[in-house]
Amino acid sequence: MIKHKNREDDYNSRRKHLENLTDEELKNRFWDLAEKAVTPLIDLAYKNTTPAIERSVLLRMGFSSLEAKDLVDKVLNHGLISKGAGHVVYRLAELEKISIRESGLKLINNQGWKKVQESFGVASNE
Amino acid sequence: MNKNEKLDILNILKDLDKYEPRRRGWTWREPVYNLEMAGNLYSDASKPLKNSTPLPAAKYFDNIDPQPIQVITSEIASGRFEDDIRRMRMAAWHGADHLMVIRTAGQSHFDGLIEGTPQGVGGVPITRKQVRAQRKALDIIEDEVGRPINYHSYVSGVAGPDIAVMFAEEGVNGAHQDPQYNVLYRNINMIRSFVDAAESKKIMAWADILQIDGAHNANATAMVAWKVMPELMVQHAINSLFSEKAGIKKENIALSTVPPTAAPAPDLKINLPYAKALRDFFSDYKMRAQMNTKYMESSTREATVTHVLNMMISKLTSADIQSTITPDEGRNVPWHMYNVEACDTAKQALIGMDGLLEMVQLKDNGYLPSKVRELKERAILFFEELLESGGYFQAVEDGFFIDSGIYPERNYDGISRKINGGIGSNTVYPRDDDYFAPVTAHFGYNNIEQYGLNKDESPSKVIGGCTFEDRKKIQYIDELDMEDNVNQRLNTTKKYLNSNIIKPEVEWAGDGTLVVDITLPTSIRYAEAASLEIAKKMNLIDAEVIHREVLQNAEATRIQIKGKVDIEIDLNKLTLQKEPDLLSDEEIRNYINDHPMTIVAGTVGEDEHSVGLREIIDIKHGGIEKYGFNCIYLGTSVPITKLVDAAIETNADAILMSTIISHDDIHYKNMKKTSDYAIEKGVRDKLIIVAGGTQVTPDLAEKNGVDAGFGRGTKGHHVASFIVKKKVEMDEN
Repeated sequence: MIKHKNREDDYNSRRKHLENLTDEELKNRFWDLAEKAVTPLIDLAYKNTTPAIERSVLLRMGFSSLEAKDLVDKVLNHGLISKGAGHVVYRLAELEKISIRESGLKLINNQGWKKVQESFGVASNE
Repeated sequence: MNKNEKLDILNILKDLDKYEPRRRGWTWREPVYNLEMAGNLYSDASKPLKNSTPLPAAKYFDNIDPQPIQVITSEIASGRFEDDIRRMRMAAWHGADHLMVIRTAGQSHFDGLIEGTPQGVGGVPITRKQVRAQRKALDIIEDEVGRPINYHSYVSGVAGPDIAVMFAEEGVNGAHQDPQYNVLYRNINMIRSFVDAAESKKIMAWADILQIDGAHNANATAMVAWKVMPELMVQHAINSLFSEKAGIKKENIALSTVPPTAAPAPDLKINLPYAKALRDFFSDYKMRAQMNTKYMESSTREATVTHVLNMMISKLTSADIQSTITPDEGRNVPWHMYNVEACDTAKQALIGMDGLLEMVQLKDNGYLPSKVRELKERAILFFEELLESGGYFQAVEDGFFIDSGIYPERNYDGISRKINGGIGSNTVYPRDDDYFAPVTAHFGYNNIEQYGLNKDESPSKVIGGCTFEDRKKIQYIDELDMEDNVNQRLNTTKKYLNSNIIKPEVEWAGDGTLVVDITLPTSIRYAEAASLEIAKKMNLIDAEVIHREVLQNAEATRIQIKGKVDIEIDLNKLTLQKEPDLLSDEEIRNYINDHPMTIVAGTVGEDEHSVGLREIIDIKHGGIEKYGFNCIYLGTSVPITKLVDAAIETNADAILMSTIISHDDIHYKNMKKTSDYAIEKGVRDKLIIVAGGTQVTPDLAEKNGVDAGFGRGTKGHHVASFIVKKKVEMDEN
């Protein structure tokens, strides 16, 4: 951070545009500004995912925390995280007609990745 | 659960793999308007408990224990959750119904769930097994006290969504969740934190978990704590609105708000306008009133006063949840008795201020509203510049937050974090068009259409339901570390578990810790050195000064030291004094009303002591006069014969003889003489003779001919109860 010269408290001059607002208008203004600040943050969350989110999906699909961590690491290594880690497990289960748990454990054992990558049209890095 | 039995920790730990929480979601207290208890009418009280420990003074009020309307929080996390369980029971008995577990140092940076039951530092490692054990224990405790208990911990760090899922599955009722906390205080990447937070919040919303934000930390961190007031409102707004957009309903969003300053600053002049401004702007949300910790020193008295002032603000504005901070937090990780003290402080203060706003109201002109307005405007100006700078992330990078100036004043000393820096940076990935997550309560883009689902169907349908629909799918891990776990710890303390062997304890079974309070007539430095020397001579192990207070620079210093003793006591080898079986005040009063009684009293022998006997008799000391006894007081140095003769003359029912001097057993000899003289006069059968004094041992007194002896600590109630019982017995024969 660049070290600025300290800024004096210029509240009295800076507030001029707020001076004549009623309390109700002031409150509305506060929440309008909050809306503007938060909207881009929630959009960002809507469109993206993270390893923690994907682990939380796998937990809900019936994997232990250790299995979920391992699976997400492998999903990342196989370039598949943008598809969703749960999606990867689900896809293999569908392709091989096996249960969700069987599918996940297979992937943990480094099996089935190529098949999943192909089905998603993602280039194999093996 | 029998209140005289200890919780069975081993039983709580048994079969945890099969434990299922009995409910989801948060519970508020049940308000009772115009609650009447022992003739008092309460305006802001809630449903009383089935079992509880009332305030000490309750004994003057039929032992009532009115409960405030606010949920009361107690934070319990000593590092060993198994010992914390017992403290949770203590806190619940003293009125806590929101038990919060602080996480162990470093859990924020742990990328995943911690499993098993390792020991914590400054908190507890939050794991599925630990959460299950504590929730299971709280099920037992809430049944015992008769009020639902909310269990609470943290959904933050780089594994927020993982923890949120575990909490949802395990019936956790409340949680801290605020991505700003990650960013500002844990240096976790801001993009990662916000993306994770939306998922965490969505999961919490599904589980009906009450959310508390993290804004109060700004106050504890800031160099000039009260100057962060404008930005605190901005922080609250960002988290509250973000939470709502992620799916949490407003009534489950609580602001963690703290009165930013403390005396010797003019506490209310600064804290009250802020509290009012905040509640005006955030009227749709809940308030969790935290207490000031910024200015906590080692004085538990000072902290308690600060907290009572904080609660005055809660009462003058509003609080849905009243937090408590243990008054010893300024000197150690909180101890059992201070959690209990803090709960009592909250209960006492809130009940003491019951109905405050029916009698006083905040002024709508002058200092208060103008200050309120100013704070609101400053917060708006902060938001305006935040947006001008390019939004929240840029503002954080520019060091807007935790600046020591009162905004718009800026000293450019705030906490700055790089947008692409921090732990977990570059771990956020865009979701492709065909991104899919087949689970319930997933936030954000999810292409469910590709699998033939419509908007109203849960994505988990394609896998036959996730753990939120079918908890049999949850994978339970017991222990991962065979050394660092609860079983190993219990092995070392098992001899204290439900046994007759006890040791002093402040946090962990068998810790042996105690505090010695010493006042020394010297200056602070000498007093400190002297106190450690005294500790050594007392055989205190690891003695440490925890508090010092100058009474006057040269005259005296008060020191508190803590230390450990290796002393075990076998309860089976103790001889307990017989507990008096007392009639109630009302029973005695009713009896005397129907059967008026006269007593003759005096201090016998060559003895001028009068205080003890007067305390037993005088109405103003709570003596027996209050029950309606007719008391004839003969004074001091009363001859034995005069005492008995006076009793005969007045047709008295009883003699109360006080005998303080005990040299050569003269007190017992006088008892014998009194009894013998009464026999000689032929009145012993109808006269009750009671002897009292500081050196009187009840058994020996009885052996010396009197009907009862009373020693040190006797109250009028004990004597009155005995006389009435004895009289009834005599009348029956």
